[in-house]
Amino acid sequence: MFVISCPYCGEREQSEFKAGGEAHIERPKQPTELSDDEWAEYLFMRKNIKGIQYERWNHAHGCRKWFNMVRDTSNDEIKAVYKMGEKPPSV
Amino acid sequence: MKKKYSIFSLIKNAFSYHENWEKAWKDPTPKKEYDAVIVGGGGHGLATAYYLAKKHNMKNIAVVEKGWIGGGNTGRNTTIIRSNYLWDASAGLYDHALKIWEGLSQELNYNVMFSQRGVMNLAHNLQDVRDLKRRTHANRLNGIDAVYLSTEEVKKFCPIINTSPDIRYPVLGGTLQRRAGTARHDAVAWGYARGADEMGVDIIQNCEVKGIKRNGDAVEGLETTKGFIKTKKIGVVAAGHSSVIANMAGIRLPLESKPLQALVSEPVKPIIDTVVMSNAVHAYVSQSDKGELVIGAGTDDYVSYSQKGSHDIVEGTLNAILELYPIFSRMRMLRQWGGIVDICPDASPIISKTMIKGLYFNCGWGTGGFKATPGSGDLFAHTIANDEPHKLNAAFNLNRFVSGDLVDEHGAAAVAH
Repeated sequence: MFVISCPYCGEREQSEFKAGGEAHIERPKQPTELSDDEWAEYLFMRKNIKGIQYERWNHAHGCRKWFNMVRDTSNDEIKAVYKMGEKPPSV
Repeated sequence: MKKKYSIFSLIKNAFSYHENWEKAWKDPTPKKEYDAVIVGGGGHGLATAYYLAKKHNMKNIAVVEKGWIGGGNTGRNTTIIRSNYLWDASAGLYDHALKIWEGLSQELNYNVMFSQRGVMNLAHNLQDVRDLKRRTHANRLNGIDAVYLSTEEVKKFCPIINTSPDIRYPVLGGTLQRRAGTARHDAVAWGYARGADEMGVDIIQNCEVKGIKRNGDAVEGLETTKGFIKTKKIGVVAAGHSSVIANMAGIRLPLESKPLQALVSEPVKPIIDTVVMSNAVHAYVSQSDKGELVIGAGTDDYVSYSQKGSHDIVEGTLNAILELYPIFSRMRMLRQWGGIVDICPDASPIISKTMIKGLYFNCGWGTGGFKATPGSGDLFAHTIANDEPHKLNAAFNLNRFVSGDLVDEHGAAAVAH
């Protein structure tokens, strides 16, 4: 369990949030032109990194807004939090 | 040839205060080259090595393990064994394993304490009732023993369950697989290790894989903390760390690694002689031979390799346990721990070749891999030795995420993903 600093509400317990998986996976611009391999990449394949991961979170039991987080998955240390649409920080 | 374990060896060794038992496996330094190397010395990896040596005559092989054997998820699960899965492919896979479990102690000459005490799955709403009845029918069509129980029959089978209609999620019925049960998880790893070692398999502990060397589309060997090991076949059985190894080889897997927690109580006298699971409220409980209640919690929803989970997950599970078993209200919990489980989008495993020649993956078991240990090892050994899957694991290939032919077992996986 850890404390997350929501960019809209400030510090809250992690149990208020819902993890939304890997961030910055772009929805295909031309879905009809995608091959099965490309669909598999988009839908299922994940980096699943041990270390610094960029991911989406939702403040489900708070403001209900989505935002992004940079977190070290080997020790759950949060490196940065940033709003949707903002440029990912390098850590 | 190792000395057989028996009542006579037990008596003989008692005279020397059990200080002169032969070592169950050696502690070898890695050779320069092997015919195959298994990455991961858990139950599945050791079983794979055992069956490669026993059934496919591959004796020049090694198991490399970054920690100690059985120290990962093999020693962290809640030891439940069952095969009541919905789809034909899963039924074939898990029942294959269950059939091996039934003779495993004799085969390995090692008591894995397999106990067919039955596993009961509870229904708490009408959709649960429909789903569990459907699963019971599907099981029976596949030759798997399954019966549907009414609320009264649930109460009769496990009298300490609160079947009162006015609890938040009343028990409306349940299913029972009598052939299901539990086993001693450490003994499974140790038994397979001893058996594999006897046939010449090198079990190399404290040896972490740091890189996979490729020559074009084929593997050439492994970089490890104990030096380079040359091999043409690598079988990866690394559970939560499968993606880490895949990244070394330059491929991606459809996995997310998440913490799954379990806990045990202080030991008490026998009170529950079966395994009871509930998907809807997420509580499952059994009692170990030491007398501890063994309780499984759910997964956290974020990726983590930290082997610890959130407190609210444990709290939610214990809330459900207390509602179902008011008798446990003053039990104290002794230990809590987490393991990192590799979860597939369809809650089914991957036992498969990859696009790289000589690289095989056995992963994605998610929250329920222990039950499949012997079958998984047997089928993965077949896949590695023949460079093609056995018919029982053909459906569990990596390509199903491209073709869309998924094996959706979210309903039977018991731990909600």
